[in-house]
Amino acid sequence: MATETTPSTLAIEVEAVTKAFGPRLVLKGIDLALDRGDFLVLFGPNGAGKTTLIRILSTISRPTTGRVSIAGFDAKRKPVEARRLIGMVSHDTMLYRDLTAYENLRFLGKMYDVPELEERIHSLMTRVGLAPNLHQRVGTFSHGMMKRLSIARAFLHDPPVLLLDEPETGLDQQGIWMLTETLHALGSEKKAVVMTTHSLEHGLRGGTRIAILARGKIVYQEATRHVDRGRFSEIYRECTEATR
Amino acid sequence: MTQFSRKVLALVWKDMLSEARTKDIFTSVFVFALLTVLIFSFALEPGSETTSLVAPGMLWVAFTFAGVLGFGRSFVLEKEHGCLDGLMLCPVEREVIYWGKAIGNLVFMLMVEVVVLPIFYLLLNLPLDSLPQVVLIVLLTTIGFVSVGTLFSALAANTRARDVMLPILFLPVVVPLVIAAVKSTGLILQGSPWADLWSWLQIILAFDVIFLVISSLVFPFVLEG
Amino acid sequence: MKRNSYSWDAVLMAASFFLLAGALYLVFMWVPTSATSLEGIAQRIFYFHVPLWWVAFLAYAVTFISSLVYLARRGASWDNLACSAAEIGTVFVTLGLITGIIWAKPAWSVWWTWDPRLTTALVLWFIYIGYFLVRAYAPAAQARNFAAVISIIGTVDSFIVFMAIRWWRTQHPSPVVGTGGGLAPEMLFTFMVSLAAFTLLFVLLMRLRTTLRATQEQVTALRQAEE
Repeated sequence: MATETTPSTLAIEVEAVTKAFGPRLVLKGIDLALDRGDFLVLFGPNGAGKTTLIRILSTISRPTTGRVSIAGFDAKRKPVEARRLIGMVSHDTMLYRDLTAYENLRFLGKMYDVPELEERIHSLMTRVGLAPNLHQRVGTFSHGMMKRLSIARAFLHDPPVLLLDEPETGLDQQGIWMLTETLHALGSEKKAVVMTTHSLEHGLRGGTRIAILARGKIVYQEATRHVDRGRFSEIYRECTEATR
Repeated sequence: MTQFSRKVLALVWKDMLSEARTKDIFTSVFVFALLTVLIFSFALEPGSETTSLVAPGMLWVAFTFAGVLGFGRSFVLEKEHGCLDGLMLCPVEREVIYWGKAIGNLVFMLMVEVVVLPIFYLLLNLPLDSLPQVVLIVLLTTIGFVSVGTLFSALAANTRARDVMLPILFLPVVVPLVIAAVKSTGLILQGSPWADLWSWLQIILAFDVIFLVISSLVFPFVLEG
Repeated sequence: MKRNSYSWDAVLMAASFFLLAGALYLVFMWVPTSATSLEGIAQRIFYFHVPLWWVAFLAYAVTFISSLVYLARRGASWDNLACSAAEIGTVFVTLGLITGIIWAKPAWSVWWTWDPRLTTALVLWFIYIGYFLVRAYAPAAQARNFAAVISIIGTVDSFIVFMAIRWWRTQHPSPVVGTGGGLAPEMLFTFMVSLAAFTLLFVLLMRLRTTLRATQEQVTALRQAEE
């Protein structure tokens, strides 16, 4: 099946995606194209549709119209193949509180058919600094530990596509630094990453591209190095208010 | 073992492990089923001559409502902390999630029934030789409960007022199952031969097969958001 | 095109009005009470009761088929059709149950009996109550899928319910609906007029309800675009 993906296929391709919740249109035509190595930071006010877009990219939610493909696999027609390539960190930890860190990752590893699972779990747990807590129940973890474990969870099957939905939620400044470092340590440079965030400061630091989502549309998109950081908060305000 | 069944089993194992640790579903459902039997004993006062008339109804009301309670938990637990999203991210067909959850629900229900049934026999002083046949009916009917219960549990977990939604959806649909189970249990307790049970068994079996197939087919639509 | 559809509604409305009025006249003034029936004058409920059930059956069939098509194709209009038919079907089932209960008292001397048809109708009624509750309580993104799933499960279930009740009840003597056999020509005529009237009424109600719902959704979309 891997033969179907040619090296030239984009990691994430989104064409004219709309999403309606009943009669309410939440996304009004989104186009995106990300290659491996691209790191898109998605800004936007609450209710702009950031989470909806991430959920559609992750194949959890299905677009009302339009097309999503992950490394050439159409999310509608080949969802299982597409999902295999996606790792996600969301607001929720997606962890079972009653299981230990090890059991959580082992269950997931089985679902993803991760080869050499034991080694993978151990090396990841060391990376995120949770090796001593491997056999501890997740319910006893602190918030920061859970977040780290959920990052390990997203990386378990070494996905080429990473979706991070407000990963800094509930983390203090130390936690955010840890998050950024962990992402780098785990090789986010070679992956296609989409990250949503509220924090302008945090979002401007990482990433290769910046986009602003407002009222269901991408109203601004620019390479991070071309963005005037001093003026960005002004741009952000203009973009999000112009559409109101 | 195929990919499909291996992943179903991984899911079942995860649920077992979780349940073994918390005994969340077992305790609540077990106590509830037992209390139902108790309340009915006071309400109906089954005497020696009326037992075989009243007992089947008591038993199946207890198991039906216990089912509602147990199935309700199974997806509510997944919804917490976004675990269901985590499952939906996994590279498996949605049917894997249905079968994994259904088998998990079946095991939990049977565990409760295995404990409640002897107590029930003991309390009502029922003839022990009827036990194998009753066990068969319990097993087959529980499969039917689980088939729609798992589907509606996933559906109700996504609605507001989910604790009310599950019984409202589940109870009317299992009416034929409850009728067949009560009737056949009654016949067994009266000492009727196997042949008399056949038409009821047919209904239970038809229900099981039809709703296992249909539920697993429509399940992906329930998860889709 | 819009104007055209309104004039169709007007024609339908006029036709079903006159047919219903005609049916009322025929039922109460013209047709003789069946000589063979034991329930006397209450026998005339038959002319409303049976067409009500026919429409209910038709409506639920529309819901079931539209639900299947909706899951396959996801057109909002299929969902509109399914939900509108479910609403109308449930109103008619309710009326069918009520007329049935009124008729049953003089005919069977009980208000209610666990007859297969009655029980199946009651179970189906409960399932559709769940259908509407789910539509109200589910998040908008999922309500339509949920409703379609419930309609499919409910329809299949109603066949099993019918089978189960029939086997259950054949073990006890139960009253049998005694209208089998040939109907007198006047009775048949009255029945057919009533049947046509209610069927036209159903078509009219379906048109009005689906248009209304489509308009509602347009308004919601427009209001959102305004924001």
